[in-house]
Amino acid sequence: MKKRPTVGEILQAKGVSRRGFLKYCATTASILALPPSMIPRIAEAIENARRTSVIWLSFQECTGCTESLTRSASPTVEGLIFDAISLDYHHTLQAAAGEQAEAARHAAMQENDGNYLVLVDGSIPLGNPGFSTIAGISNVDMLKETVAGAAAVVAIGSCAAFGGIPGADPNPTGAVSVMDLVTDKPVINVPGCPPIPMVMTAVLTQFLTFGELPELDALSRPLAFYGQTIHDRCYRRPFYEQGKFAKTFDDEGAKAGWCLYKLGCKGPTTYNACATTKWNNGTSFPIEAGHPCLGCSEPNFWDDGGFYEPLSTGHFDSGEKLAGAAAAGVALGAVAAAAGRRRQAKFMKEG
Amino acid sequence: MDLLEFAKGPALQVAAYILVAGSIWRLVGILLLKEKPDFSEPRQSGGLLAALKVIYTRSFTASPFKRATLYPKMMAYVMHLGLFAVVFLFVPHIMFFEGFLGFEWPGLPNSVIFFLGVAAVVSGIALLVRRITNPVLRLISNFDDYFSWFVTLFPIVTGLLISVRMGFRYETLLAIHILSVALLMIWLPFGKLGHTFLVFVTRGTTGMVFERRGAKT
Repeated sequence: MKKRPTVGEILQAKGVSRRGFLKYCATTASILALPPSMIPRIAEAIENARRTSVIWLSFQECTGCTESLTRSASPTVEGLIFDAISLDYHHTLQAAAGEQAEAARHAAMQENDGNYLVLVDGSIPLGNPGFSTIAGISNVDMLKETVAGAAAVVAIGSCAAFGGIPGADPNPTGAVSVMDLVTDKPVINVPGCPPIPMVMTAVLTQFLTFGELPELDALSRPLAFYGQTIHDRCYRRPFYEQGKFAKTFDDEGAKAGWCLYKLGCKGPTTYNACATTKWNNGTSFPIEAGHPCLGCSEPNFWDDGGFYEPLSTGHFDSGEKLAGAAAAGVALGAVAAAAGRRRQAKFMKEG
Repeated sequence: MDLLEFAKGPALQVAAYILVAGSIWRLVGILLLKEKPDFSEPRQSGGLLAALKVIYTRSFTASPFKRATLYPKMMAYVMHLGLFAVVFLFVPHIMFFEGFLGFEWPGLPNSVIFFLGVAAVVSGIALLVRRITNPVLRLISNFDDYFSWFVTLFPIVTGLLISVRMGFRYETLLAIHILSVALLMIWLPFGKLGHTFLVFVTRGTTGMVFERRGAKT
């Protein structure tokens, strides 16, 4: 097998300066909550790491996750790090098609057996194998075949992590997440619709650097990025505490940048790094742009109440059932009163 | 369905049905009872005004008892006013009510609500300590008293915990808070907490009866 170049050699060839590279390592250490003493180790490990083979499987998805990664502002060091992995199979990005593409996948699996990473975006339909196929292979069969020799699986985006939009009620395709099917390999969920590019690359960087998976939360999300809620780190939080809320998208509160809780912000129940890492090279994030958080990195975000409904709103049925309860109360009260009157009359009669 | 979805959906819904049906049952059951025949001549004409008068005057302690009841009365006021503010003046709660009432009203800053919530809990604990340490009160207290105390204070405590978090996840605390509110709603019509909707009915009735008998109210 041809010896793969190290990541350091690749970055050098791409013209990345030493300063830029170390800056990236420092940022990565910071967002992974590692001490500064780890920066040289990260730098050394990345420089000397051989390109890890990555197979990217796209199932029931919209390509938004790939778009997020590839359209992330002009070439960044993170982008180059991502270039530095050996992306051996990816429908959207690879030049090969048809049998050639499948041959590339099989070759990567054989050459890197036990060491390659599988990245999955999109959910897997179980309702009917024909709902989503690639080269005539059903998604579930391709996933099982590919992860068999993988070191780990990374579920990119909320569809792969939790079923996402394809899995939303009524879930017509019987969509399930990667972790519903893969139980014998480490699975890292990197949810979001789409996930933050930096989060995707940082997770890969940690794996490249330390050869191990990051610390995960109960939903298998890297704690470094999904350890705090958007609300906890939101710059609009002081307005929440002051009880100042925008009521519409164009009122004075909205213009003054007040809290978007009343407009349905799901920040308090959403764990993600949007408020700190932000998007487009740290330019902004949805709340900063004036829109409430949709909670896209949480399971069932699509079905979890209205996007523009405040979190504190109860999910009641129609008022008819409540009116029925009131009518039942009147009937019960009338029966109780009648019984009371009978007892009263009996008492009066008997003395 | 996760815990929060369950709490916000089916749990709150069932609790609302029980609260509405139970409260109306109690009210209608009492209001439709036949009045005891009173063959005496009324000394004063008891009417709505007499009812309103007693509703107001009974909000304060009669002079001879002022000193003896100052402490529990003060604590009870702090608890009730604190509870009122927490329930009706905390902005996310106002949003909850707006969800089915269709209108809103001004709220208070979170820090003020937090302070009032803590005051309500502290005064509630003080009242419980008094109930336990006072031999007479202890003798006349039953399960209803203690359980009603618990279901009233539990939602305030869980609500305060959401603010301080203490290592728990927001959505877990919010779900527990909503479930504790559901428990309060379910118990409210049946125990002594029924005074929430009966207090002015019973006080007004007392006023009308007393007025008829010529008592000074």
